[in-house]
Amino acid sequence: MKLALSWLADWVDWPSAWDAAELARRLTACGFEVEAMSAAAPAFERVVVARIVAIEPHPQADKLRVCRVDTGAASVQIVCGAANAKVGLTSALAQVGARLPGDVSIRAAKLRGVESQGMLCSARELGLAEASAGILELPDDAPVGEDLRRYLNLDDVVLDVNVTANRGDAMSVLGLAREVAALSGTSLKVPPYAPTPPAVTTGSQVEHFGVSVQPGSGAARLLVALLHGADNTRPAPLWMRERLRRVGLRSISAVVDVTNYVMLELGQPLHAYDRSEVEEGLTARRALAGERLTLLDGRDIELAPDVLVIADEHRALGLAGVMGGQGSAISQQTRDIVLEVAWFAPSAIAGRARRYGLLTDASQRFERGVDWRGQERALERAVALLADITGAVPDTPRRAELPGELPTVPNVTLRAKRLQRLLGMRVEAHEIERRLGSLAMSVNRAPAPAADPSADAAVWHVQPPSWRFDIAIEADLIEEVARLVGLDAIAEADAPLPLRLHAPAARRIDERTVMRTLAARGYQEIITYAFVDPSLQRTLLGEQPAIELANPIASDLSVMRASLWPGLVQAARENLRRQQSRVRLFELATQFERIASSPASAERAASAADVPASFSAASSPYRERKMLAGLALGSRLPEQWGSAAAPVDFFDVKGDVQAVLALAAAPGELHFEPARDVLCLHPGRSAHVVRAGRRVGTMGELHPGLLRALELGESPLLFELDYEAAFATQVVQFREVSRFPRIRRDISLTIPEQTAFAAVHERVTVTAASLLKELLVFDVYHGDGVESGRKSLALGLILQDLDRTLTDEEADRTVRAVLDDLQAHLGARIREQRQP
Amino acid sequence: MAPPPPDELNGEEPAREALAEIAASADIASLEEVRVRWLGRKGRLTEQLKSLGAMPEAERRPAGARINAAKALIQQALESRRAALERAGVERALAAGAVDVTLPGRGEDLGALHPVTQARLRIEDIFQRAGFQIAQGPEIEDDFHNFEALNIPADHPARAMHDTFYLRDGLLLRTHTSPVQIRAMQSRTPPLALIAPGRVYRCDSDVSHSPMFHQLEGLFVDEQVSFAHLKAVLHHFMEAYFEQDLKMRLRASYFPFTEPSAEVDISCVLCAARGCRVCKQSGWLEMGGCGMVHPAVFTACGIDAERYTGYAFGMGIDRMAMLRYRVNDLRLYFESDLRFLGQFAQGSG
Repeated sequence: MKLALSWLADWVDWPSAWDAAELARRLTACGFEVEAMSAAAPAFERVVVARIVAIEPHPQADKLRVCRVDTGAASVQIVCGAANAKVGLTSALAQVGARLPGDVSIRAAKLRGVESQGMLCSARELGLAEASAGILELPDDAPVGEDLRRYLNLDDVVLDVNVTANRGDAMSVLGLAREVAALSGTSLKVPPYAPTPPAVTTGSQVEHFGVSVQPGSGAARLLVALLHGADNTRPAPLWMRERLRRVGLRSISAVVDVTNYVMLELGQPLHAYDRSEVEEGLTARRALAGERLTLLDGRDIELAPDVLVIADEHRALGLAGVMGGQGSAISQQTRDIVLEVAWFAPSAIAGRARRYGLLTDASQRFERGVDWRGQERALERAVALLADITGAVPDTPRRAELPGELPTVPNVTLRAKRLQRLLGMRVEAHEIERRLGSLAMSVNRAPAPAADPSADAAVWHVQPPSWRFDIAIEADLIEEVARLVGLDAIAEADAPLPLRLHAPAARRIDERTVMRTLAARGYQEIITYAFVDPSLQRTLLGEQPAIELANPIASDLSVMRASLWPGLVQAARENLRRQQSRVRLFELATQFERIASSPASAERAASAADVPASFSAASSPYRERKMLAGLALGSRLPEQWGSAAAPVDFFDVKGDVQAVLALAAAPGELHFEPARDVLCLHPGRSAHVVRAGRRVGTMGELHPGLLRALELGESPLLFELDYEAAFATQVVQFREVSRFPRIRRDISLTIPEQTAFAAVHERVTVTAASLLKELLVFDVYHGDGVESGRKSLALGLILQDLDRTLTDEEADRTVRAVLDDLQAHLGARIREQRQP
Repeated sequence: MAPPPPDELNGEEPAREALAEIAASADIASLEEVRVRWLGRKGRLTEQLKSLGAMPEAERRPAGARINAAKALIQQALESRRAALERAGVERALAAGAVDVTLPGRGEDLGALHPVTQARLRIEDIFQRAGFQIAQGPEIEDDFHNFEALNIPADHPARAMHDTFYLRDGLLLRTHTSPVQIRAMQSRTPPLALIAPGRVYRCDSDVSHSPMFHQLEGLFVDEQVSFAHLKAVLHHFMEAYFEQDLKMRLRASYFPFTEPSAEVDISCVLCAARGCRVCKQSGWLEMGGCGMVHPAVFTACGIDAERYTGYAFGMGIDRMAMLRYRVNDLRLYFESDLRFLGQFAQGSG
């Protein structure tokens, strides 16, 4: 909220040594962050209060007039085009030599042949309004000749104070004045106004106008004043409009300005109704089912039964504590006014404004809590101002009240020991009493306990003032002491962290090792949004029940990702657009799935259980999986000399996947199985990664049929690995190293095209059994020299025995057995066998 | 075989001739030919030695001595010539094999970790060394963990500041990492010292707001934890992270889940608090919020609020990374631009 220091000064005197910046600094430190400081008016100079003493027509122009203007020191001739210029009007004169906002300099000039020694200014020309009709109209008693800045106190400073959600009481000049008083050890000044006695108090002239509140509705007090004969055609006085302007409010009309002014000053929202639109009586009640209301902003809303309204006998007139209705709104023609001041429980207002897409000055105050003892004062203040400004005559105020529904003052216990323990700082007992006392709390020290009569064991019973809705427990009081003493006063102290040695997790490869391994293979980590374009996701993953956001920021960011691939494809596309021809990306992030049935949640619980300090939502219908996913597009290697440019293919990326998986699993633990079921991948170039019988990932080349839809020229390779499953690992257990020589035998054979190498590998492993140390594939060949429908494989068998030297005969026997077996089981044909 | 002419037997003349041939040999092969011609089984000197037998006793001895001397001379010359030729050969081979070492090396380029990840890992390292454990929790949260248990009941004005993304079934994307605190406190007993880094979401997007960003939550609960400890750990952390001495100040503030609460400012790390664009000329940087765990939060988690006290703090990892790497636009983090991200392959994180 904005706070003009000149207004604040009506309520409190702070030390003269505190300039605006220092005041701002102190407010900020104690919880009222000053987000901005600004001048009340833009810079201008040589503008004085002046009075028009005579007006003559301009000889050359109909719309201009020649004014004789008294500046106090002289009488000058001014040519003026304003319609409101009239004899006797006091206004603002920019004298010759004046500088106005917008870099305007005023010189003596001839206007259509008539000399003008300055300019009569409008509020807009002085930067005091965004728009204005005519020249500034100052009160008749404005001292002619006085500098306008001094007269209007324009060298005022406006603070923009961020009042936190717990401090509704500070959303007013009075509230912030209380804080400044507490900070500076001064007391509030007596309010500069007194109640206006009602003109009509008794007899038959008192009109019948009932006031009531509905029990249990949340409205506990309703005060109403009727005012008659207001003149609302004239604007509120300049000083009031000027104050409203400084704190960011537009002047509407005298009556509305008064209600706003009192709200800003005292923090108590008020509402004024046009009496002629109100049937007898005013009540605060819950809305009826189906009841409708047209708000001041013109919107017609249906009211819910938990919404509080102010109504007359027939209809809801306004959304209580939020916004008035259009039907009973004050207009310029309003003569008779119903002025309403109420106290509503915060719970009866909280959230209601938001539900209708509103955020009003009134709702912000009521939902945070308005001083429940402040209604009378606000009513008196507003009545006095209305009587003074509009000439309205007040009637006796009406009152309806449910004392049982007003808040009770809590009695909060504060222990000096607890304060010291929580803050880690000792605050003297008298200091605690003084600080809480400065906030108008009633502080009563309990008798010292016999066991420990020292001041350190002091206990107080504290009652907060009626405007503080945030004081309910001991910690609330400790916070008050801390912020007033100043958090800077608390000395830093090293905490004795409990000695708990946490072993580095050995059951899973840590993220950074995995990520660094991929980075070392040329992959760049990216971070993309967890919500993606539903159509892109559908293109890649097919139709599936998407997890939709109810309130996405954009339609292309509206569903939770079920895979990291959409983000990677999108990122690749954008990089291609940025002229990157070779793109290698990875992301380590969460993907979201709907859990189809209950077994999945058991599985999730099981998989999460072995992740240290990972806390899952046991009852969530969604499963979140941490995935490591990547994409490679473009050439196999960065373009370089001495190596032919070739596009990256399945086996390049499989190598990368194997390399990163090798951190966690021995090569023999992993199997790549053809995956024909992955919609977005080439059916002949895709695989599932299987580890110990469990699918831990998928990889492959993007389906060429999707290139056009995805606006890609070539197919990227994609992979994804379930992080927890793929990178689970164990501590390596040492195995004996054979000290006996290895023997290598190379064989070359052909097998049917469809037979997978994995089948060959499996047969060789079975047949050669423990003698096989390693099986190499050093050539795969189709084409000339190989019968069609078959492919040629060149294999290297590395044989070794752990306990003795293997003989050539044994090696030959083993190879023979392998070849016979391959022939028998896989239809292999031998091409060559040799001993390198 | 005919006896050699007597003049050859003096050894000097042939030696001179042989030495000249040796000197003229341009390569190992022609040198070998010279050796065979003179010292081979049928070489001239070998023949001479053989012919000694036919000489009279008196001549044989001096002639033998001369021939052997000549042979030694020739052998020595052969060896040194061979060594020279070999050396020259090696040098020629080296010269021929020289490469242009300024040509680029071959192979793969180095990728990089994302700057936000690097900052996160750095932050994790610092806290882990102090004994904090890393905790994680779900990103789709329920109202209880994201709000209720954190003392933010429905219709609390603080909810308006959270700009929450909701799913159609009423669950939500966590707006902060604080729910991890709740989950940790529900399932563990104090003492607890943990940090929870992670992605969080708010439906807000402009120059300085991303709908997804990264936060770090810290929590320490034990029997004697005070605000003084909170101040110390934050100050130590900030100095460790930025590797410089810093001033820290706390401004009283309000968060529903801590009390007392404060905003944390540090002296600007970019301008040494002299005032710059990043600190808006104030000399101070806002780093996050902190406070003592609110008793209502302990109670919601089943922890005895009288026995235990605790502190909690939160900060934005994206901002920590911006300050460390001087990134000037938050949006760069989420644009996946290789030209931007590739810069982070270098450096120590």
